Amino acid sequence: MSERTCLHDVHVALGAQMGPFGGFDMPIQYAGIMAEHQACREGAVLFDTCHMGEFLIEGAGAVADLDTLVSCSIGSLQTGQCRYGLMCNPDGGVMDDLLVYRLDEQRFMLVVNAGTQASDAAWIEEHLGSDTTFSNLSADTAKIDLQGPAAPRMVKALLGEAIAGLKYYRFVQTAYRGEPVVLSRTGYTGEIGVEVYAAPDQAIAFWHDAMELGAEPAGLGARDTLRLEAGMPLYGHELTPQRHAGECGFSRAMAQDKTFIGSDVVCDLSKRQQALVGIQLEGRRAARAGDALCDGSGVEVGVVTSGSYGPSIGAAIALGYVDGALAEPGTALTIRMARSELAGRVTALPFWKQGSARKRIEGFLDAG
Amino acid sequence: MSQDDRKYAKSHEWAKPDGDVVVVGISDHAQQELGDITFVELPTVGQVMEAGAECGVVESVKAASDLFAPIGGEVVAVNDALEDTPELINQDAWEAGWILKLKPSDLGQMDALMSVADYDATL
Repeated sequence: MSERTCLHDVHVALGAQMGPFGGFDMPIQYAGIMAEHQACREGAVLFDTCHMGEFLIEGAGAVADLDTLVSCSIGSLQTGQCRYGLMCNPDGGVMDDLLVYRLDEQRFMLVVNAGTQASDAAWIEEHLGSDTTFSNLSADTAKIDLQGPAAPRMVKALLGEAIAGLKYYRFVQTAYRGEPVVLSRTGYTGEIGVEVYAAPDQAIAFWHDAMELGAEPAGLGARDTLRLEAGMPLYGHELTPQRHAGECGFSRAMAQDKTFIGSDVVCDLSKRQQALVGIQLEGRRAARAGDALCDGSGVEVGVVTSGSYGPSIGAAIALGYVDGALAEPGTALTIRMARSELAGRVTALPFWKQGSARKRIEGFLDAG
Repeated sequence: MSQDDRKYAKSHEWAKPDGDVVVVGISDHAQQELGDITFVELPTVGQVMEAGAECGVVESVKAASDLFAPIGGEVVAVNDALEDTPELINQDAWEAGWILKLKPSDLGQMDALMSVADYDATL
């Protein structure tokens, strides 16, 4: 039996097609994946991301413990800043990818994937010192992503000036309908927007309020095409316990000036045999996870980890791992499927280069 | 409700006689289940196929689904418009979103397909 988020009844009332994801019964689509994808690129969409897990790590040992557990630098994180990092096993394999929020000097919130929440919690608790405490906030913390160029002005209408001046990967602790919320300028779409952490009642109210302002609901289908075009990894596809994190190439998530669990493997360049690359295909037909990547002479040189038609690209796109020598943009690759072959080329990420995610928020706060 | 001027296969293709050829597409129910269609692999004109043979692929954002010939015959036309606008199937699965035309080896094969009432009863 799948778990339900606090917004489950709302999705059903909106006519969403539901499906299982990470142990939850989640909306896959409402109006349709293409329409929802487009609405995020041009307007604003709402995603229910309550399935994700939130942990509170606090105490005098929190910085040191997190610096050991997570690949990104924790000590240099400022209060009000968040950072993307990986949690690795001793072999460098990825146990999860997550966001670390510095709430204050000795308090941190970790945001983790739904399917890995239980194993993450056990692993983290096992590795905390006696002066660090762990609490799992997931059951009482709802999360909604409001993404797209129209999102900032909706947030301004609902939460006021808290969003003014908010930079990429910064957050504020503010209030909504009288209750505390965390408003974070992050997301998984390549567009400007926020992730909102709130109590379930506030989250339901925020969902309805944002829809009143014109935000459209979007499901996991569009979430996947948007993140793929933005070149962002999906845990279980690009990132797995079996492949060490050094090969994924997210160097900004991996601090060079510290050690963390798995770092002797992850940071050893001689252990990086393959590299994660973007591949743009010649046609509309999509490669799918598990399809073989081959070089010009038909030799298998890698594997597709995600693939779909890219609605904003107008062609099929994919992410996959290839042998290091073939990772240069422009390299021709063949995708070998069960009954046919597709032609593609290694392409610099992100596929979608016009995204608004990193732009200054001031240009998005007033109705245009 | 499906259309009553044609017959149906269990795998959701429709077959509609038009003079001496039979037009083939997928049902409105099938396009709804697939969601936004992004690619259609069409057979080659001149290809001869048996009833039930794979004759193409319909792909949506979420999934790829094989297309099966509801009756045997020779492919005499394909809907080239689907190469650039596969969403025609989403917009109008019954007419503009037709996929191929077959010259049947034997029109009697139509009798083996389902009536609209029988098809709708399977949905």
